[in-house]
Amino acid sequence: MERITIDPITRLEGHGKIDIFLNEEGDVANTYFQIPELRGFERFCVGRPVEEMPVLTNRICGVCPEAHHMAAAKAGDAVYGVEPTSAAKKLRELLYMGFYFTDHTTHFYALGGPDFVMGPDAPVAQRNILGVIHKVGLEIGGKVIQARKYGHTVVEMLGGRKVHPCTSIPGGVTKGLTEAERQEIEKMGRWGIEFAQFSLQLFSDLVMGNPYYVDLILGDIYTHKTHYMGMVDENNHVNFYDGKVSIVDPDGKRLGKYAPADYTDWIAEHVEPWTYLKFPYLKNVGWKGFTDGNDSGVYMATPLSRLNASDGMATPLAQERYEQFYDTLGGKPVHQRLATHWARLVELLYAAERLVELATDEEITSDKLHNVPTQTPTEGVGIVEAPRGTLTHHYWTDERGILTKVNLIVGTTNNYAPITMSIKKAAKSLIKKGTVVNEGLLNMVEMAFRAYDPCFGCATHSLPGQMPLQVTIRNNEGEVMDVLSQYVHPAFLCER
Amino acid sequence: MSEKPKFAMYWAASCGGCEIAVLNIGEKILDVDANFDVAFWPVAMDAKYKDVEEMPDKSILLTLFNGGIRNEENAHMAKLLRQKSQILVSFGSCATEGCVPGLANLSSREEVFAAAYDSITSDTLGIRPQYSYEVPEGTLTLPIFNTIVRTLDQVVDVDYYMPGCPPESHQIGAVIDLVIQVLHGQAELPPKGSVIGAGGSTVCDECGRIRNVKKITKFRRLHEVAEIDPVLCLLEQGILCNGPATRDGCGALCPAVGAPCAGCYGPAQDVVDYGARLMTAVSSVIDSNDPKEIDRILDDIVDPAGTFYRFNLAHSLLHASKTAVS
Ligand code: SF4
Ligand code: SF4
Repeated sequence: MERITIDPITRLEGHGKIDIFLNEEGDVANTYFQIPELRGFERFCVGRPVEEMPVLTNRICGVCPEAHHMAAAKAGDAVYGVEPTSAAKKLRELLYMGFYFTDHTTHFYALGGPDFVMGPDAPVAQRNILGVIHKVGLEIGGKVIQARKYGHTVVEMLGGRKVHPCTSIPGGVTKGLTEAERQEIEKMGRWGIEFAQFSLQLFSDLVMGNPYYVDLILGDIYTHKTHYMGMVDENNHVNFYDGKVSIVDPDGKRLGKYAPADYTDWIAEHVEPWTYLKFPYLKNVGWKGFTDGNDSGVYMATPLSRLNASDGMATPLAQERYEQFYDTLGGKPVHQRLATHWARLVELLYAAERLVELATDEEITSDKLHNVPTQTPTEGVGIVEAPRGTLTHHYWTDERGILTKVNLIVGTTNNYAPITMSIKKAAKSLIKKGTVVNEGLLNMVEMAFRAYDPCFGCATHSLPGQMPLQVTIRNNEGEVMDVLSQYVHPAFLCER
Repeated sequence: MSEKPKFAMYWAASCGGCEIAVLNIGEKILDVDANFDVAFWPVAMDAKYKDVEEMPDKSILLTLFNGGIRNEENAHMAKLLRQKSQILVSFGSCATEGCVPGLANLSSREEVFAAAYDSITSDTLGIRPQYSYEVPEGTLTLPIFNTIVRTLDQVVDVDYYMPGCPPESHQIGAVIDLVIQVLHGQAELPPKGSVIGAGGSTVCDECGRIRNVKKITKFRRLHEVAEIDPVLCLLEQGILCNGPATRDGCGALCPAVGAPCAGCYGPAQDVVDYGARLMTAVSSVIDSNDPKEIDRILDDIVDPAGTFYRFNLAHSLLHASKTAVS
């Protein structure tokens, strides 16, 4: 049997490896996507005080520490049965909007966007942020840098640090906002709304105005009819910080909404001995392997999923864009993975609008930052939407609030099965009876990956170039026949 | 072009925050680009293990290595980069002292696996990752998960240490400036084994909070404190702050926003045992001379292992528990 190994590079060998096996006829027999790393947070957090979890679990991921910080703080609230003060909740959410603003900007301009702005056929060397700047103009580069800086400033102002914030605790936060800081944030937020609108306009002009791209987005190769997940508020509008988790089936029918504490009624994880990561799926639908459709419990949790699982956006401008999104793409749900890039920009606009709403809330400069817990701690679940998927922290403690057990279902992990499926589909469409595996395969796999924004993509933007993907083709004896390589951002899943 | 000295950066078992911190240095990145050939930096450019293996020994001038040594793959890369680099910097808390993931050294490998794979949401219990596994189509392999986390200097010889989780960007910028000055003959490298990108004192020395040499009769956990005094030293409010034992360099960021120092910059200069140093500092604020009373007050510290070795267990004298190594 012929075997093709795709090493999404170095981090690869640390973080993700794809094996494609061909059968006698030269067609794809199977593909395996391995995550070769584990650190063991669910074990070594046991024994730690629950109020430290926002700081300890930050260290799961340096790309989205804010998401872990929030999920851990909310799980801590739940463990103590304490409701944070109203101002504290708003301050946490405000920090989180600053984070989303930076993260979504980075992804669109440095990773997902260049494929479209430059065109998927443009030379790899041009498909990066510098290429975008050359094509669209120098001014845009300055705007992108400004957008990232503003988001970082909000995070640092409220979280204390640019990476690994430290201010959320059970019952509230330790840091409030002065009027001067509030004004600064409001100003940045208003600029952010303009920037997000500008970004959406850019997408319309360059992508939706081009029939070739529209075909590409709507084509079958990047389509999977899976279930979708995303957190919503009481009006079923997308919410990143709080609410219930909505699940819709591949026909767009809502199967239900669960409160964080009920996640085990909905989610199970499939375990395989050949990878360090588990495959989450919908428990009541069941694990049917790497396959889509109504009978398969595989679900996706991304910006596209959040839009699919909701009834709209909570802010006016983002709502207009939401409607335009579904009008253009033929109604809900949208199954085409490449539409995720557009969905991400709708969310970018929401983040900016929500940031301004919060920054102009009269309570935001309140000094009522913290409610001291009074109940005996026991067990609690905290859920937020990380940019790369619904993030669940579940803690059990003794009566002193010392952790006795921890369960984490982390961002990109939700998408482990769908990513595996996308890889297989791309491989199958490119490798057929004696078809030469060529750079096209790498391109297709790369674009399939990018739609999910597997973690770490966002770090690659500052320098030109992205991660290479390497495909090694071996014959039956295991000798290397050929090596192809191509830049890709790595398939680093949120490993615990 | 190729006469420029070569620069490399690598991540072993890490969260990626160190890479983000480097990318956050902004326009200084251009100085790196102007003065170095970036020979290997997976987060930022095309590179393969094979390319590194083919480089002549000592051909990379400067390698920043972040992440702990959790599995065999990490250890292999540490050895390879040591061999290829003239200057190897242990970059960030994971590489330097094990960081939070080093707390896994209090547990056995099986305990780590059981927590991960036999969780409440797992659909099948008892499945463990197999280092070599036969699927119908062939054999799949995974790197071996070692019994304990090791720091970089427990695996290879290290030239410099740069603490912080992650190192703050202004400190990274200062180190880059220094290295560039050295390249131009305008400065000299510090002695081998030095800590760079940090101070020689403690976080307390950088902290803006006021100390009154006030004594306490009780430790309070952060969430139990109704209102944190914005100006008074946290320790003197009974909040356990790791500032007195921790190396300065960050600018005392956490106490500035009402959170105690967690200790991410590691042991202060010349501190052999971080836990012992912190214990001494903590004991000194206790308002009692009665050993029994002191013990009672210290009992308020609910997680001594986590408090005194939160970031540095893997590099401490303790290193790992018996359970972990058995
Ligand atoms: S103990 Fe903490 S709060 Fe007090 S001076 Fe030191 S760093 Fe500042
Ligand atoms: S105050 Fe302590 S925990 Fe916070 S950044 Fe500085 S050294 Fe790290």
